[in-house]
Amino acid sequence: MTAPTLEVRDLQTHFFTRAGAVKAVDGVSFSVGRGKVLGLVGESGSGKSVTGFSIIGLVDPPGRIAGGSILFQGRDLAKLSEEEMRDLRGSRIAMIFQDPMMTLNPVLRIDTQMIETVLAHKRVSKEEARQRARDTLGMVGIPSPDERLKAYPHQFSGGMRQRVAIAIALLHEPQLIVADEPTTALDVTIQGQILAEVQKLCATTGTSMIWITHDLSVVAGLADDIAVMYAGRIVEKGAVGEVLDKPLHPYTHGLIGSVPSRNKRGEALRQIPGMTPSLLNLPPGCAFRARCPRASEACLAEPVMAEILPGREVRCIHPHLGASEAA
Amino acid sequence: MNATPMLELRGITRRFEKKLDFAGRIAQRLGAPVREEVVHAVDGVDLAVRKGEVVGLVGESGCGKSTLGRMVAGILPPTEGTILRDGCDIKALSGPEARQMKLRTQMIFQDPYASLNPRMRVLDIVGEAPRVHGLLDGASFDDYVDEQMSRAGLDPGFKRRYPHQFSGGQRQRIGIARALAVKPDFIVCDEAVAALDVSIQAQILNLFMRLRRELDLTYLFISHDLGVVEHLSDRVVIMYLGRVVEEANTETVFRRPNHPYTRSLLDSVPRIENRKRAFSVVKGEIPSPINPPSGCHFHPRCPLVMERCKVEVPKLREIAPGQRSACHLNDQ
Repeated sequence: MTAPTLEVRDLQTHFFTRAGAVKAVDGVSFSVGRGKVLGLVGESGSGKSVTGFSIIGLVDPPGRIAGGSILFQGRDLAKLSEEEMRDLRGSRIAMIFQDPMMTLNPVLRIDTQMIETVLAHKRVSKEEARQRARDTLGMVGIPSPDERLKAYPHQFSGGMRQRVAIAIALLHEPQLIVADEPTTALDVTIQGQILAEVQKLCATTGTSMIWITHDLSVVAGLADDIAVMYAGRIVEKGAVGEVLDKPLHPYTHGLIGSVPSRNKRGEALRQIPGMTPSLLNLPPGCAFRARCPRASEACLAEPVMAEILPGREVRCIHPHLGASEAA
Repeated sequence: MNATPMLELRGITRRFEKKLDFAGRIAQRLGAPVREEVVHAVDGVDLAVRKGEVVGLVGESGCGKSTLGRMVAGILPPTEGTILRDGCDIKALSGPEARQMKLRTQMIFQDPYASLNPRMRVLDIVGEAPRVHGLLDGASFDDYVDEQMSRAGLDPGFKRRYPHQFSGGQRQRIGIARALAVKPDFIVCDEAVAALDVSIQAQILNLFMRLRRELDLTYLFISHDLGVVEHLSDRVVIMYLGRVVEEANTETVFRRPNHPYTRSLLDSVPRIENRKRAFSVVKGEIPSPINPPSGCHFHPRCPLVMERCKVEVPKLREIAPGQRSACHLNDQ
């Protein structure tokens, strides 16, 4: 088996605020193989976006990577200088944001922005760069790319802007794309189009992808593996089918149970009581303890991530096991 | 059951016009082909909601669902058409009667951050309207607010706090308490759970269903999320670019959708049951409501388009008992 494209080991990204250190990401480990899609799932404040930002080196002060390593093709991204990181960012690793206007400069034409990106990492003529930009726009399904290159971002619809942002991410055929909720703001039919496009691209180019989202149903159709985050930690990971069909962690279990389509129509949805704890002063032990129906005295001790079934890792001492106790 | 629907919309239309500026008017006078831009946000919608029903209103951006909700809630007057409450035209009412009627419909908004005044304490946010309208029934102001807050699942001990001291889910509960404090019988929920996390969303949806039982409420539930609508609604109305394209009870819409748009919409929804599946694709973009396509608005994206669809607007008509659809294919 070949080495994974990305291997994150015990990543710690903390924000050092006046009120104390906020451990937004606290000991996260996962790996993404070549051409694979990892779905990183969690609710607001679970640390999923900060994990993404850490990988691409965009954590701003007061936040910083306080420990762990991010091995990308054998190099530790956490130890690279800003210069070396800039060299990788945009060429070998790219990011797609939720709001495409974060990627696009509103006062520059699309061609200016795309050619600039090509020239930033490649010594080619401007004409070749334009060629590359046009081909990439065509690849993400933008009709008449020659004309669209001359347009400004505001002349595109939300879905088209996101396609342009994806095209920019693809310009240098990166080995890894970190996508942070890229379809959350889009309408369902447009989301369907973009997901289909992304699926095709991953399959044909062998690009690995980390798809950060709160939407389990998007991940269900798109990802190979899934990692569920809660309060800065991964609580469960494994193959998509396994995790979604037989969730082990009570949080994953509750999350899947609260999706409306998994419930009988008109009946009360199964819900997780309470709300996500503040990361500033997490109680000791399992962070989900206060909301967990299976919590016991033993949960006061910090649970560790353990492979309790082949290929299934979970951070819980009372996992949902076997059909006999299926809820 | 009462034969008169609780709410009836007849030919409701709402246009937004962008008036020409000074330069534009001069250019027009000189014969330049500039015209005022008109957006047909809602275009001739007929809809009836019976007492106790939950009607889900579904559509993508720009389909006019929010505009329709605002007209129902009385925030926005319709350009044309009539709104009947219990068979009585709300435009014909005036003075205290009109005020009473307006109180009976309340709205819950999408953004729990923008829809609460950041400078008001929860006590005043929830209690202001019932005090102004004299609904306190002799109960003390504080007791009344306490009752409203506990009903929405909020600790009345927090009533002296400001909105920023609450999480998104709790703020949405404040919005719900505020809406219910004036004792409405009809609630318009405009994407009321769209901004919330899945686990919080489930809590709020359960609250909606509990309140419906306890207070005998009727909902118009506006959402783009088909999963939520399927779970909550008795009947579903699908809109596309200002027009209703299909309407039927929930079961029918999800099992036997008729309109090609409904079918593509349902196909596009990612479902947790679908693994590693090729996403089915509806071609094309949502057209701009400033310049909608001729005939059937969906024809440029429709996989079954015919010549007729490009010129003739299909009528919304009954195709099966309780199912209405606006598609020319049903004529064949």
